[in-house]
Amino acid sequence: MSVSAHPFRRYMRNHVTRTTTCPGCGNGIITQAILRAIDELGLDMDDFIFVSGIGCSAWIPSPLFAADTLHTTHGRPIAFATGIKLCLPEKNILVASGDGDLAAIGGNHLIHAARRNIDMTVVLVNNGIYGMTGGQTAPTTPRGLTTITSPHGTLEHTFDICAMVAAAGASYVTRWTTYHPRQMTRSIKKAIVKKGFALVEAISQCPVQFGRAAKLGKAVDMLKHFKENSIRIDKARNLDEEALKGKIVVGEFVDIEKAELASEWARLKQEVMEV
Amino acid sequence: MGRGKKIMTGTHFMMGNLACAEGAIAAGCEFVSGYPITPASEVVNRLAKRLPEVGGIFLQTEDEIAAICSAIGASWAGQKALTATSGPGISLMQENIGFAVATETPLVIVDVQRLGPSTGAPSVGLAGDMVQVARGSHGDYQIVALCPESPQEMFDLTVRAFHLAEKYRVPVFLLADAFVGHMREQVIIPEEKQLEIESRKIPKGGNDPMDRQDFLSVDVAPMPVFGRGFKAHVTSSCHDEHGMRNLSDPEVMHRYISRPIDKILNHRDDIIQVEADYSGASIVLVSYGTVGRSARAAAHLAQAQGLRTGNVRLITCWPFPDREIRQVAESVDFIVVLENNRGQLYPYIKAEAAHACRIELLGPETLGQIHDPEYILARIREMIK
Repeated sequence: MSVSAHPFRRYMRNHVTRTTTCPGCGNGIITQAILRAIDELGLDMDDFIFVSGIGCSAWIPSPLFAADTLHTTHGRPIAFATGIKLCLPEKNILVASGDGDLAAIGGNHLIHAARRNIDMTVVLVNNGIYGMTGGQTAPTTPRGLTTITSPHGTLEHTFDICAMVAAAGASYVTRWTTYHPRQMTRSIKKAIVKKGFALVEAISQCPVQFGRAAKLGKAVDMLKHFKENSIRIDKARNLDEEALKGKIVVGEFVDIEKAELASEWARLKQEVMEV
Repeated sequence: MGRGKKIMTGTHFMMGNLACAEGAIAAGCEFVSGYPITPASEVVNRLAKRLPEVGGIFLQTEDEIAAICSAIGASWAGQKALTATSGPGISLMQENIGFAVATETPLVIVDVQRLGPSTGAPSVGLAGDMVQVARGSHGDYQIVALCPESPQEMFDLTVRAFHLAEKYRVPVFLLADAFVGHMREQVIIPEEKQLEIESRKIPKGGNDPMDRQDFLSVDVAPMPVFGRGFKAHVTSSCHDEHGMRNLSDPEVMHRYISRPIDKILNHRDDIIQVEADYSGASIVLVSYGTVGRSARAAAHLAQAQGLRTGNVRLITCWPFPDREIRQVAESVDFIVVLENNRGQLYPYIKAEAAHACRIELLGPETLGQIHDPEYILARIREMIK
């Protein structure tokens, strides 16, 4: 009997046969985008160290990926990844974690990694809610939405993570939704190749928690919502705040070359040691 | 300046914190992270200059949480790593100290203690973190902590901290205080070949953790450091011997807690160092760290006045030297515990001694000040009246 396997099965640990994600979760689309990017770049899993925090999307690399994986404490994957990158500058570091992990409890590390422009790819899965703990409000929750911890609707403004990371000084900043897997794959490839801090914000559907709270229906309904409400950055630039209300601005926000921390350290060590 | 010497062999007049920094470099440390804090800053100030000279990196982080996390990351990347801070920084690091324990990560954490609680008095020494370094992170675990009494020991015990961290794959504390950190004294740095320097064992090979034991060995599992194709799976969630998360098997949970504890306790005789000088004594002064200096002076004064007084100094405070304390208690009449706090190790010492002898706590006349040997002697005289 012949058994056909997914072409990316070879990138996964043999003994891992299931994931922890709920039915309809966007994690699968993002997992595939990451693995397809690595595959299309012709890289090996041993060229990478994968780091993740705590939350649903932190399960994307761990335990699934057949590579060195570090599953860290909540909010800290970028801080751990910074130490790894400085000591293994020849390796690609990919952080996969959620909006709560990277932009709420770990927000300070996100800001300062972008400021340092240390070479790593951060795939920030933004589902707009705390999924694993049961649907609590996140900094990324749309204002006014009713959640478990905002039963009368959130009073707080919604975090624009890409704008924050761009302002902090990252080399590459991009946002796509799970309705845009090809664009997301292309951006992850650019992010991996980019010598500098690269953020890929992946707006993802959480039908179990967010979908219920926002009354957006099931996974397919949420993907349709992403399709209908996404607007490319080049078009969005000409629109005012009112016209952009409720829209998801997608595309590349930053794509620049600038001095990168691990390379700067290599240069500095050489200079100091040769004097 | 030119390429820096790795080991500054020779006799120096050196501040304790700088001796600690030189100890780290002598031990082969190549990654240090830290956030400025009094009275520990001189450790990282020195390393910021010295590390690039010997091929290392110093990262000044956005906070102490990032300091310990990046040091743990560096250790998994295969480097010997250190972070240095004071009590407030330790408070911020606690969650990830637990991460280092749970993932069996070799690491040296320098705590130059200052007067607290809270912001307290930054440049005043007070041994207020004696318990928080061992019990401050959630969950059940054991820690290794060494207490220097002099700039010389700031060097020696930093080297030893790396030795123990690498040998047992554990985080190790150098538990100093503002007095010994800022004290200037003679420091003799030996030749490299005289230093006991150990490097962690790594697996012989294999690219599947399911074929290896990477964790939970009481005899210390080889560490599958990153970047060498081991495809290591590292998580601080409850995990099995392969590092794979397991939240359903109570036996795995039992081993996940017990094995790292037993790894330390089974090797306690190798880890624990106690300086003991009490033969023929009926009174023994038990101390650690800076206070050990006052205790020694007080014992000499007491002996000169005919009081049979001895000294026991805990160089290793954690794992707690229970047997050593019991042995002292069973051979003397009276133990006086000298601590520069309101009694942090006292309950642990009392638990091992009270069955066999009288035991009292004696803080300094004013908390945060060094015990005056004359004061110690006067109080002992009152106690035994």
